[in-house]
Amino acid sequence: MSTAPVELDRPDAAEDLRADRPWVSIVWNDPINLMTYVTYVLQAVFGYSKKKAEKLMLDVHHKGRAVVSSGSREEMERDCEILHSYGLWATVKQDV
Amino acid sequence: MNGGFSTASGGRICLRIGSEEAAVVRLLIGQLIDLIGEVGEAGESESYEGMPDLKFSENTSAPEDPVLARLFPDAYREDQGASAEFRRYTETGLRDSKRAAAETVLATLDEGEKVYLDAEQAQSWLRALNDLRLALGTRLDITEETLEQMRTFDWDDPRNAGYAAYDWLTYLQESLVRALW
Repeated sequence: MSTAPVELDRPDAAEDLRADRPWVSIVWNDPINLMTYVTYVLQAVFGYSKKKAEKLMLDVHHKGRAVVSSGSREEMERDCEILHSYGLWATVKQDV
Repeated sequence: MNGGFSTASGGRICLRIGSEEAAVVRLLIGQLIDLIGEVGEAGESESYEGMPDLKFSENTSAPEDPVLARLFPDAYREDQGASAEFRRYTETGLRDSKRAAAETVLATLDEGEKVYLDAEQAQSWLRALNDLRLALGTRLDITEETLEQMRTFDWDDPRNAGYAAYDWLTYLQESLVRALW
């Protein structure tokens, strides 16, 4: 998993999307979800340690977003669906 | 503040809640269930007896209501087509699981002022309480600065009831997360 900040630049639609680039799921900051809750969910969904989940939660809080998992597109859509079931604001994109 | 969640024997979670607070939760959860029911309602296709429901949503865009848009967000920020496809396959299941969690809250609340929850019921409470805070917080237009603003409200400000309920739900959710950890 990458914890590097995600590029803000929007990919050009005509850009050649290489199949070997991984996909990522991203959690976005929102003013309602509790910091403790976000940490708990990241631990419960991904099995991350409390330390790792807390670091990701703080990235979401301070940087506005964080990549929380990476893998195939299907896996990332599955992660996104689970995160939505917990009420986290999650999206999927191909890594840049 | 009184009440809240705590750990109990046998891996259970105990909720202590007064009858007035329970009435507030019941009222808001009922509204949440009604609201969730609006998702995909128009797109529901006719079903035949004995035929399985394929659980596809016919919605292709985020709901217009900001609360529903928050509970059922787009999965792709820059790709409407991919978002629509994701919604088609996931929205109905998501709606059903959110509604089931909310109904678990209602059913267990009927047990009185001291409720014992098993692990699965506690997870339902966790998700439903969070959905409730997302719904109420979105309606109240909660921002990171809201707590500061609340302190400047007059006693008779009509917004106080909503913010007080939101504040109390936040306290409840926090106590549940800590009990589950």
